[in-house]
Amino acid sequence: MIDSIVTGLTGLTSGVVHLATHGGPNVVMLAIAAALLTLGVKKGVEPLLLVPIGFGCLLVNLPLSDLMDQGGFLRTLYDAGVANELFPLLIFVGIGAMTDFGPLLENPKILLFGAAGQVGIFLTLMLALALGFPELEAVAIAVIGACDGPTAIYVASQYAPQLLGPISVAAYSYMALVPIIQPPIMKAMTTEKERVIKMAAIKRSVSPTTRLLFPIVVTVIGGLIAPKGLPLLGTIMLGNFMRESGVVARLTKASENEIANIVTLFLGLAIGATMEGHAFLKPTTLAIFGLGFIAICLDTVAGVGFGKLVCWATGGKVNPLIGAAGISAYPMAARVVQVQGLRYNKKNHLLMHAAGANTGGQIGSVVAAAVMLSVLKGMGMI
Amino acid sequence: MDKWTFGLTLMIVGVGGTFLTLWVMSLVIDLLKKIFPLQEAAAAPEKKA
Repeated sequence: MIDSIVTGLTGLTSGVVHLATHGGPNVVMLAIAAALLTLGVKKGVEPLLLVPIGFGCLLVNLPLSDLMDQGGFLRTLYDAGVANELFPLLIFVGIGAMTDFGPLLENPKILLFGAAGQVGIFLTLMLALALGFPELEAVAIAVIGACDGPTAIYVASQYAPQLLGPISVAAYSYMALVPIIQPPIMKAMTTEKERVIKMAAIKRSVSPTTRLLFPIVVTVIGGLIAPKGLPLLGTIMLGNFMRESGVVARLTKASENEIANIVTLFLGLAIGATMEGHAFLKPTTLAIFGLGFIAICLDTVAGVGFGKLVCWATGGKVNPLIGAAGISAYPMAARVVQVQGLRYNKKNHLLMHAAGANTGGQIGSVVAAAVMLSVLKGMGMI
Repeated sequence: MDKWTFGLTLMIVGVGGTFLTLWVMSLVIDLLKKIFPLQEAAAAPEKKA
């Protein structure tokens, strides 16, 4: 009888014993989980993602719970929506339903800012290769530079699932840090004269028919040029088409609310579940965070550099600061441009122009990833 | 193919392809705006009765 009680008590203490004897990396990850939860709850840094990611990280680093073993709760979530890329795509439907592409449609040429803002992806690819990452891992890391969480998750889950945890956390962390990362680069790259340039007000010129046809046109053109990225482009444009059609208000609302919320919870938990200490705490993780930071800096450099080029080409009609908004972090990057514009000229409202570049960045990030995947397919790498 | 050839190829074709795709999209949107212009009545603010 006493032996049975002792054996039973051993079962109750096995978790603590395991953590004390084999769980060094798990203890570190529990501290990281606490940091993520603190950032989300106390600092308001991407709480919708960091809270479930932090909690998933907490769960998976408590030993002997088998949550990520076959049949475990977190493994089931991971297999259901991350391993097969379903969750990021469902989030894209919601993003499309939430986004007003109006400012972009008023001045379609501003889409090119969305291309310039992706140059960091490709430069970071070279850096990742130089650090010795295999080709497909380098591609997945570089896509952090898209500044677009779902795209980074989509590419990583397909081609570097072993790096999904650090890539996802890096992508969302840096998206949240855009207001801190971008302003010094914007200031360093522009002159006082350029920063105070006032841009002409945008006149309303887009018909409802054009707004309705826009998502179809983007889907068809993107799908024909870069078919490997059609799931990304197609889902964001599906959401936007539903929004603009106005005839499926229930589906639009469900996409941007219930579906996006449920999927965000599941996606966050499943990503957190990939952050088990022994797998996560490696030098590669630090390298990924460093490369992600460089990628977003390079995006900003390329975007503002392109803005300067357009400013010169138009005889000073374009404020180069809006180039910084050509990334996918919506609407943070547009707000950063507005704030910086007002800082140097109290009457300079760049928000609508920046919003156009920012929505261009959303399309640009997806197109860049799509082009990359299609080129990889053409090269026989995937 | 060595990794530098791979990286350079992906960079050149990737950047070029992204710019090209978005440029084509912008041209088609411009075309759509010409084919389906905003009607004056729709553009004007609604007057109160």
